Amino acid sequence: MTSLSTNYLKLKLKNPLIASASPLSKKLDNIKRLEDAGIAAVVMYSLFEEQITHESNALDYFLNRGTESFAEALTYFPEMDNYNIGPDNYLELITKIKSHIEIPIIGSLNGVSSGGWVEYAKKIEQAGADALELNIYYIPTETKISSGELEIAQIELVSDVRSKISIPLAVKLSPYYSALPNFAERLVNSGANSLVLFNRFYQPDIDINTLEVNPSLELSNSYDLRLPLRWVAILYDRIKADLALTSGVHNEQDVIKAMMAGANVVEMASELIENGPKRIPEILQGIENWLVEYEYKSIDQMRGSMSHKSVSEPAAFERANYMKALQTFDNRLP
Amino acid sequence: MSNKITLDANEAVARVAYRVNEVIAIYPITPSSGMGEFADAWSAQNIKNIWGTVPLVAEMQSEGGAAGAVHGALQTGSLTTTFTASQGLLLMIPNMFKIAGELTSTVFHVTARTIATHALSIFGDHSDIMAARATGFAFLGSRSVQEAHDFALISTRATLNSRIPFIHFFDGFRTSHEVNKIDILSEETMVSMIDEDAVIRHRSRSLSPDRPVLRGTAQNPDVFFQARESANSFYDNCPDIVQEAMDKFAKLTGRQYHLFDYFGSPDAERVIIVMGSGAETAEETAKYLINKGEKVGIITVHLFRPFSVKHLMQALPAPVKSIAVLDRTKESGSSGEPLLQDIISALFEGKTLGIAPFEQIPTVIGGRFGLSSKEFTPAMVKAVYDELKKSKPKNHFTIGINDDVTHTSLSYDPRFSIADPNTKRCVFFGLGSDGTVGANKNSIKIIGEETEFGAQGYFVYDSKKSGSVTISHLRFGPGEMRAPYQIGVGEANFVACHQFSFLERLDVLKYAEENAVFLLNSTYGPDDVWNHLPQETQKQIIEKKLKFYVIDAYEVAQKTGMGGRVNTIMQTCFFAISGVLPREEAIERIKYSIEKTYGKRGEAVVQRNFEAVDHTLANLAEVKVPKAVSSEFKRRDSVSANAPKFVKNVLGPILAYEGDDIPVSAFPTDGTFPTATSQYEKRNISLEMPVWDSEICIQCGKCVFVCPHAVIRMKVYDDHYLVDAPATFKSLDAKFKGVPGNKFTIQVSPEDCTGCALCVEACPAKNKTQAGLKAINMADQPPIRDAESLNWEYFMSIPDVDRNDLETTTVKNSQLLRPLFEFSGACAGCGETPYIKLLSQLFGDRTILANATGCSSIYGGNLPTTPWAVDENGRGPAWSNSLFEDNAEFGLGMRLTVDRQTEFAHELVMRLTDKIGEDLVSELLNADQSTDAGINAQRARVVELKKRLAKEKDRDSKQLLSLAEFLVKKTVWIMGGDGWAYDIGYGGLDHVLASGRNINVLVLDTEVYSNTGGQASKSTPRAAVAKFASNGKSLPKKDLGMIAMAYGYIYVAKVAMGANDAQTLKAFKEAEAYNGPSLIIAYSHCIAHGIDMRKGMEQQKLAVLSGIWPIYRYNPELVALGQNPLVIDSKDPSIPVQDYAYNETRYRMLVQSDEQRAEKLMIDAKNDVRKRWELYKQMADIEYKAANGNKEQK
Repeated sequence: MTSLSTNYLKLKLKNPLIASASPLSKKLDNIKRLEDAGIAAVVMYSLFEEQITHESNALDYFLNRGTESFAEALTYFPEMDNYNIGPDNYLELITKIKSHIEIPIIGSLNGVSSGGWVEYAKKIEQAGADALELNIYYIPTETKISSGELEIAQIELVSDVRSKISIPLAVKLSPYYSALPNFAERLVNSGANSLVLFNRFYQPDIDINTLEVNPSLELSNSYDLRLPLRWVAILYDRIKADLALTSGVHNEQDVIKAMMAGANVVEMASELIENGPKRIPEILQGIENWLVEYEYKSIDQMRGSMSHKSVSEPAAFERANYMKALQTFDNRLP
Repeated sequence: MSNKITLDANEAVARVAYRVNEVIAIYPITPSSGMGEFADAWSAQNIKNIWGTVPLVAEMQSEGGAAGAVHGALQTGSLTTTFTASQGLLLMIPNMFKIAGELTSTVFHVTARTIATHALSIFGDHSDIMAARATGFAFLGSRSVQEAHDFALISTRATLNSRIPFIHFFDGFRTSHEVNKIDILSEETMVSMIDEDAVIRHRSRSLSPDRPVLRGTAQNPDVFFQARESANSFYDNCPDIVQEAMDKFAKLTGRQYHLFDYFGSPDAERVIIVMGSGAETAEETAKYLINKGEKVGIITVHLFRPFSVKHLMQALPAPVKSIAVLDRTKESGSSGEPLLQDIISALFEGKTLGIAPFEQIPTVIGGRFGLSSKEFTPAMVKAVYDELKKSKPKNHFTIGINDDVTHTSLSYDPRFSIADPNTKRCVFFGLGSDGTVGANKNSIKIIGEETEFGAQGYFVYDSKKSGSVTISHLRFGPGEMRAPYQIGVGEANFVACHQFSFLERLDVLKYAEENAVFLLNSTYGPDDVWNHLPQETQKQIIEKKLKFYVIDAYEVAQKTGMGGRVNTIMQTCFFAISGVLPREEAIERIKYSIEKTYGKRGEAVVQRNFEAVDHTLANLAEVKVPKAVSSEFKRRDSVSANAPKFVKNVLGPILAYEGDDIPVSAFPTDGTFPTATSQYEKRNISLEMPVWDSEICIQCGKCVFVCPHAVIRMKVYDDHYLVDAPATFKSLDAKFKGVPGNKFTIQVSPEDCTGCALCVEACPAKNKTQAGLKAINMADQPPIRDAESLNWEYFMSIPDVDRNDLETTTVKNSQLLRPLFEFSGACAGCGETPYIKLLSQLFGDRTILANATGCSSIYGGNLPTTPWAVDENGRGPAWSNSLFEDNAEFGLGMRLTVDRQTEFAHELVMRLTDKIGEDLVSELLNADQSTDAGINAQRARVVELKKRLAKEKDRDSKQLLSLAEFLVKKTVWIMGGDGWAYDIGYGGLDHVLASGRNINVLVLDTEVYSNTGGQASKSTPRAAVAKFASNGKSLPKKDLGMIAMAYGYIYVAKVAMGANDAQTLKAFKEAEAYNGPSLIIAYSHCIAHGIDMRKGMEQQKLAVLSGIWPIYRYNPELVALGQNPLVIDSKDPSIPVQDYAYNETRYRMLVQSDEQRAEKLMIDAKNDVRKRWELYKQMADIEYKAANGNKEQK
């Protein structure tokens, strides 16, 4: 009998498949379906700092505009009882999910700098989340802000969130750091219990007919696995934190690769969005079959077996460009 | 615990009416709409009445409908009410007679408002009340916010106990919109005041099949009269029942009222009798005069009907020698206004019956005051008392105006003031969009509720929907604030000007008293602001010894993310300077109020406002006022120097807020005004304007097409015009086929532009090296204002294209036509006006226009200026507004005239063949007028005809000369919004469309009652939130086009210019060309949709792409050609409805407030779209047979 169970964020999970933050978690019914299909945990869709602020300001703008200017129309909209601006709906959903679902629920908060909104972390904990995933994203456009300054701001954000909550904290990152291992270590020192590699951004496209920029998010494919795979392999056993691999996990091979690179879990969304929760039992069965075929006792057994530290040729993880195959040698040998 | 609340009378009344009724039938009409809005919102929130159940609130299609529904609900036993005013009350009159004739208990709460006569007015007087006084309703009038609240309850008790239905009225705006601190009635008081037995008796009279009766019979001469007299005792008993209600109320609350409340010295010889808010002014003035030793008094008439002679006699002081009865209405041709007549009759009757307190019947004079909210001040009251001293006082006088024609007016000393030195009086000038009024409403609430002071706020708005000026009048101090009139000239101890630019056109400091404080929002700091003030302002600051403060609220607002809203910043300054509360406490209260007002909208909004408050005081500074005037400029004139005399002398002062001073003689006697006047009002309201980049321009005309304010124009002309052009005047080689001229220019009028940027969004040409730029781009206006004004002036001097030579089937060509609708006061980015402008361009020179009341009648016809314009020949649309409900019929009447007079003119031409000459007769009668060239040729013939007949003396020739203009084609357009077309005017519209006559109907469909603030109409789509549909409309939009198509002979088009401008153009041309009824339903994006107005046209496009607004043309003429009359011009829906809908606050706010319901309604809305689309497709696919029986040839 093989074991698929794994530990992540101090949670004992029945298998390494986690549903990553996506619109799938907007409804209890969907989460229920994921649970029934065998998912080990669910990361909630993200509460966006930017979005909450924007919605609040936009609502205010549109409700104010044109008011108190013209005697016959002092307002243009009825005053509603409540606009559910802010985290309340989100928090209520977590509480509701927790009362209907057995598997762990990981809250997700998306922001870029410290501020009043960090209080939402505490509220997510209070709503019943088992852990929190903090999604840091930032597209720098200023030439005056250095990478060092940005990193400090992000480290402060993590410390700040850490100080608000006692549940485990995962930090989801983008791949765009000059010195990721160093930064990763500082994040862990600031209180991150896990790193989630990597965030996928909306990428802009240019419409050459309309001369417009259209940002959109395409679903991932298995090739996208390569980037996080490298960095999981490099960070494994270098930092004292769990690792979750996300982006490009579509089948059992992808999961196995992630585990071998050193991930505790994988987070997947595209595959579930595209092909539905039925893929979960299929992938789990595939992993199990593979473990049996290759005589692994557990998934734990393979964790990190192909990490940067473990492989015979770590340079393969470091190589960034095509080079002519070099003759290898070991200078310790006489 | 204090039960004092600061609120306006609409809310104060609704709070009672809602609680003591079960059914509420509503319809929006200013200024009563607020009551219906409150009731609807409370019902949506499941707030219960005093019996613990939620009243049912139903919006009707008109006030007539509301009255009918009230009647039915009453007949079946519900406690029922409604709210209305003015024309609305008139529409209720037929039902009111019935309701009263059947002795049915109900209270209608009415914000008394002017009835439209020579002009419409939304403001307050008693002309509506007086027009309804014969209905048999009782009329109970309140004079203040407190009384309105109290009388709402007293009248309810009285109606239940007397069975007489009541109108409870209070003055529109002056009371309905005045914010005042009042004692609020408790639940217990309301319960105690309602006699439960009377409620049950009311129900027991209801219609029920379990105990059937017949009510509403028809009666004959033998019995009708007797039966009518059978109810007399109910009227006889009513006054005592009302007094009993007042006495009971006094026991519960300590506030004692009487049917006629006398205030004055017991030995008063001179008495004023008056109703409504004017009574409070009169009473406060009497108090002041009595203290000065004058023997005066005042009677407030509370119960006007049933009129109780007995109670009046009890109220009058015995020594009274002379009485002035003031009526807030005018009854032309009467022997006196209604209250005057009643009082005279009562005095005689009292004397005859021996119940009068006086020996000799006093001298009685009547006077009119306060029409359409004309100010009624203590100075005017004093003038009336002074008049009463005279041995021969003037009867039928007017007060408050200068009647230099029939000399009815009493003169008064405007400097007379009874202002209490302990009261603070503050005047604030704001821009509509800067939030000044909202902040002042909060301030007055803070003062009212956090201090012992009485507090009052009144707010004055102008008639523009963009760039409007607001003036807030705030009073507070010890005791109650009983001053229902504005703060007068030289009376304010605090004046704030929240927009620096106002100083260049308005006399804001005329309100300031000596040593007052002046607070100015200024980008110039305390050290350099002085020389940026006009001379007049400097002079007043020095002479009145004002303490002068400045703050750069724009900067604080920018830094704290407040954008253009300087309200909280200026509010903080006000509290800091006025010292009404200790600073720290004031800031705490402001923040509390911010939290309360904006908390629901999210933390970010609250924090932003907090930040603004926190950054304010460091930027507030006192200005050291120099001793001498040093400015080099004066205030600008309100109209341009080239304006005609009438514009300068009449419209100019109105624009400068000096309309009150214009004498009677200056006005047209019948409400007829010149058009083409908006061009002289250079409002200069935008800091940004579009600038043409000729290098990029492809000369498509789309920017001109969409401009809601006609400030972007284009012309093709000969290059010789460039010789004298200003240096910065831009031009291009013209790319127009068949249009004479080789140069092309797009020009913007800088001082008329509202900065909406619709043009920029519409521009399809992008800069190839910088795609963010287009052929037209927004730029800062101030640096280019002068140069572009010169360019505009020069551009306008270049002749327009000759219409005879122009083929207008393309959008680009059509935009060479001069708009005859320009520079309206509509919202920046308005979605309606581009259609109106297009109509004016295509057909303006031959159009007679019937305009339903609504947004379009307000920005089209509200004084001072009108956007309707004339062409170089002086021709242009002839415009009129009759009512809201009758517009289709009004337009049809115009068509009937055109048809009849044209036919008669033709008959006369034939009769006069000998004099006219056969050739000309033939040409006149057989002219092809389907094109501009044809019409112009006919115009030339008519000139020739007139020449030939000029000297003829016979009757037919004279007749023909007066009718000859009808030989030239006239087009009748009937225009209005969806409130008119779908709801109140629908019955008439249906009939007029069915008439088969050649009329053209343009429905500017904003899917709500925009003009009254966004109430739902039957055009409101499913899932959208609107007032009266707070929970999102649960039923689909009425398909007006489909209904019209069902007739088979009506041309119908649905258009959305943002989606397809060519289709819009085609539809307008086809509709006008169709010799029968035409209906165009035009998607009009609106501020009430809650969209980024700049993206209005984009939303139109999305509406069409999503299928929610399919565009089509149904041309009955195609049937004869064997073609299907319905041509769908849009493609299969290609985006989900929500991709369109959720760009709009009206849809989004439901998601925010009730996500589940929003989801459900959105699913239903999508089904609506799908089903309708399928139906339309099937209709469009039907094969038609041509008249010869052959199938359509594809």
